[in-house]
Amino acid sequence: MTLFFAVLTPFVGAALVALASRLGRSYSAWAAGAVTLAALLWLAPSFPLPFAGTTLIQQHDWMPALGLNLAFRLDGLALLFAGMILGIGLLIVLYARYYLSERDSMGRFYSYLMLFMGSMLGIVLSENLIQLLVFWELTSLSSFLLISYWQHREEARHGARMALAVTGLGGFAMLGGFLLLGHIVGSYELSDVFASGDLIREHPLYVPTLVLILLGVFTKSAQFPFHFWLPHAMAAPTPVSAYLHSATMVKAGVFLLARLYPALSGTPEWFWLVSGAGLATLLLGAYVALFKHDLKGLLAYSTISHLGLITLLFGLSTPLAAVAGVFHIINHATFKASLFMAAGIIDHEAGTRDMRRLNGLWTFMPYTATLAMVAAAAMAGVPLLNGFLSKEMFFAEAAHISADHLGGWTLAALVTLAGALAVAYSIRFIHEVFFNGEPTDLPRTPHEPPRWMKVPVEILVVLCLVVGIAPALTVAPLLAVGAAGTLQAPLPEYHLALWHGFNPALAMSLIALAGGATIYALRRPLFALQERYLDRLDARVVYNALLDALFALSQWITRTLDTGSLQRQVFFFLVAALLLGLAPWFGSATPLAGNRQGLPLDPVSLLAGFTLIVASLATVWLHRQRLVALITIGVVGLVVSLAFVKFSAPDLALTQLSVEIVTIVLLLLALYFLPQHAARERNLGRVWRDGAIALVAGSGTALLAWAVLTRPYDTIAGYFLDNSVPGGGGTNVVNVILVDFRGYDTLGEITVLALAGLGIYALLENLRLDAPDRDAAGRAWNRDPYPLIMATLTQLLLPLALLVAVFILLRGHNQPGGGFIAGLVTAVALIVQYLAHGSAHMRERLSGATQPVIAAGLALATFTGLASWAFEHPFLTSTFGHMHWPVVGDFELASAMAFDLGVFLVVVGATLLILVNLGALHDSRIARKAHR
Amino acid sequence: MEALIALVIGVLTASGVFLALRGQTFPVVLGLTFLSYAVNLFLFVMGRLAIGVPPVISDAAAYTDPLPQALVLTAIVISFGMTAFVIVLALKARAELGNDHVDGMHSDEDAAR
Repeated sequence: MTLFFAVLTPFVGAALVALASRLGRSYSAWAAGAVTLAALLWLAPSFPLPFAGTTLIQQHDWMPALGLNLAFRLDGLALLFAGMILGIGLLIVLYARYYLSERDSMGRFYSYLMLFMGSMLGIVLSENLIQLLVFWELTSLSSFLLISYWQHREEARHGARMALAVTGLGGFAMLGGFLLLGHIVGSYELSDVFASGDLIREHPLYVPTLVLILLGVFTKSAQFPFHFWLPHAMAAPTPVSAYLHSATMVKAGVFLLARLYPALSGTPEWFWLVSGAGLATLLLGAYVALFKHDLKGLLAYSTISHLGLITLLFGLSTPLAAVAGVFHIINHATFKASLFMAAGIIDHEAGTRDMRRLNGLWTFMPYTATLAMVAAAAMAGVPLLNGFLSKEMFFAEAAHISADHLGGWTLAALVTLAGALAVAYSIRFIHEVFFNGEPTDLPRTPHEPPRWMKVPVEILVVLCLVVGIAPALTVAPLLAVGAAGTLQAPLPEYHLALWHGFNPALAMSLIALAGGATIYALRRPLFALQERYLDRLDARVVYNALLDALFALSQWITRTLDTGSLQRQVFFFLVAALLLGLAPWFGSATPLAGNRQGLPLDPVSLLAGFTLIVASLATVWLHRQRLVALITIGVVGLVVSLAFVKFSAPDLALTQLSVEIVTIVLLLLALYFLPQHAARERNLGRVWRDGAIALVAGSGTALLAWAVLTRPYDTIAGYFLDNSVPGGGGTNVVNVILVDFRGYDTLGEITVLALAGLGIYALLENLRLDAPDRDAAGRAWNRDPYPLIMATLTQLLLPLALLVAVFILLRGHNQPGGGFIAGLVTAVALIVQYLAHGSAHMRERLSGATQPVIAAGLALATFTGLASWAFEHPFLTSTFGHMHWPVVGDFELASAMAFDLGVFLVVVGATLLILVNLGALHDSRIARKAHR
Repeated sequence: MEALIALVIGVLTASGVFLALRGQTFPVVLGLTFLSYAVNLFLFVMGRLAIGVPPVISDAAAYTDPLPQALVLTAIVISFGMTAFVIVLALKARAELGNDHVDGMHSDEDAAR
């Protein structure tokens, strides 16, 4: 579990850091440092394992049926990256403490940083591909927060959105790639994927898998043509850029290249796609970097270029190139992080990053200048620095491959050109910022930064130096273990040394150094050319055009389909449903009717069916006379419940009957406030059109019902019928299904009912409605008091009705009845009181009582379910037993009865809540009338 | 008998669809009630028609399918909750917008369209 805790620590820490910021500004920095160290400590005991050649895998089942496991892996590559993420992370925490100004929220910054750190750790330590992807998406999200940290700046919001859109799109493609990979291998575990390299490469789905995964990699690692988001992400605070663009975010892409190298590499597709994208990015980045006037812009494009270099190395598919790729990952992280930090210091102390204004800073900050110059020299690949070593290995590999494959020396020539450009922009960085005359109109006078702001830069620059001078004594073991983790195979033979003798690589290095100096010397005509013609080419223009087109399309769809008319929406919806329903009817050879023997038709049923049809048509015909329509629809409901009686569904008949009564009372109450009459429709065309739709819908449903009813079927009813008594302890199978087999569904349904009741309560609160004084015919409303005989009689009947309800509730498990029906019967009994005595009378007795009843019902149902946990059974397992009561005799008691009581309470509570509150509208109206 | 039930379901659906397409709230509520009847009946008869064999365990030799019944029972209660909610929504709309058209149109002339 240690790896899991290491990943979890920054996520938990993010909350702690935010809390710590309440104590003071420095506290959140201390907390962030402590969290980073804690994550390192979780990993520390496992660090020696990869060096001993073991891969640590920790696995916990999560959803094994879907191949999803919580699985972590620590091998050489994971170790190398985890070390970089946490080590450089720690330096960034220290640096940011001094970088952020008084106005910036420390807590927010460090929280986001911790979230991001946790997501990165998750990526590099994942053993399961799907889990890796989850963390991958988390880095996109948390980097969005980091890039847009200065939310008040437009370019920060824009840059963050662009980064999220591009990397999010890539992540989506990668999900597809991983699913295909899982499909090919049959597992999402990396160990299985590594073991199936040949299977993957020979599979017909290899190319789509590769392309989808590479889309994810290229967007994340800012490879051409997806590179354009990276420079815009420079709107982030510099510590963020230093972190995201040296050791983390963009390295996630190349990490994945390295991670999947054993499974995917070695094919021509891999070679051309990966090294092609890498080469293009390498050249483009190096070229554009030369012309950037913004310090961070130069570094951004140089980052793109170096990422291209690493990608190209992995694309070359030789073990040695992969070793060089891993080496350059390490070196780039160190020198680029220190360069970004130095740029941040210059920006912080001089107030600008524009190289046309920053000149001659050597005299103001010689110490920082020295550090920055060493780091820039490493970037250029000057001997005695780490950048030289990996670049030398890169040149050697390129020369080697050129000799074998690529039309002579093309590749070697191109990479040497890129090397020369890198030297040129490094010289420009050093020369224009620190020398080249005097600074021009700086906002403030530059000076050296605070002591501790320089420490992170010093540490990294010292690393650049010692690695560059004595690689075998310093970086060699780490590189070996990292490269072994990448290759998942024995390492090729290589030597880390400054001097390899006279060879093509050394020649290329020298040409690059000399060429770079020449290019820089000739920069003025080049700059003029660039500004005149090439500055206008920007991938961002394409991106914006695509985005605009996408927005325009969605707006067009919304405008066309959503006209703000619900009536029209219903029309569209019904027509779409009809078309979808009709489609399968055409071209189907299956006969409509099946061969199942039907029931004979008897005269009573025929009469009932006839009544229902007449009542339905009458309702449609008379729907403008609303009271009449209400009576006819009541007839329809009664016939429907009779149908349930006829076809062996006593529970349904009881439910339908009581719901019918409650619904009609409800509609009557509501009708009082709606216009009594509707105007005649003038648009006859619409009536005909709707009539046609109704006819098609009705015939379709009727035919479908006919087709089903005339066919035999298989049912799972046997299980319920067999197990109802032995398993559920009740003979009424419908009720046992509701409270036992499918009790969880029922719990959801009573929750919905309770929510509907509460929603209505909220809607009716403070509602003021004016109803007319007279009915449609002009007669004044009757102001008679409530009828005395009815009031007396119903009061006498109430206890009896409630007794019936209790009876229905208790017998529900074995005979037709149960919580739903008993609840509705109770509600009907109380509503009769309401009709007889008026709503004021009922409100005195009921108001405020309904919500607690609902709550009690839901709580009872839930706790009945939870109680089974106490006996180590799953939620809502029911139990039952027989009890002997004196007098009554043997009595069966099931825990499901308590659940049913909960159902009962919710139904009673919700029904009364609705009716009482609707009735209250009448009261307030009458009261206002009287007051007037 | 099956043909009669199919016809009944068809009539209920057609009535429901026609009323649901009206412009004013009350007929729409009636239409939804019709559609609930139709859907509930339709689901119920998926267990096929059977007379005199309720799914209550006894000495009887045969029982009808209890599962559609259990589904429909809760569906009836839920459709009641939905009808109640829609009708109160209609009242609220009338109070806020001053008319009873589903699109909340303001003049009576519009409402009659």
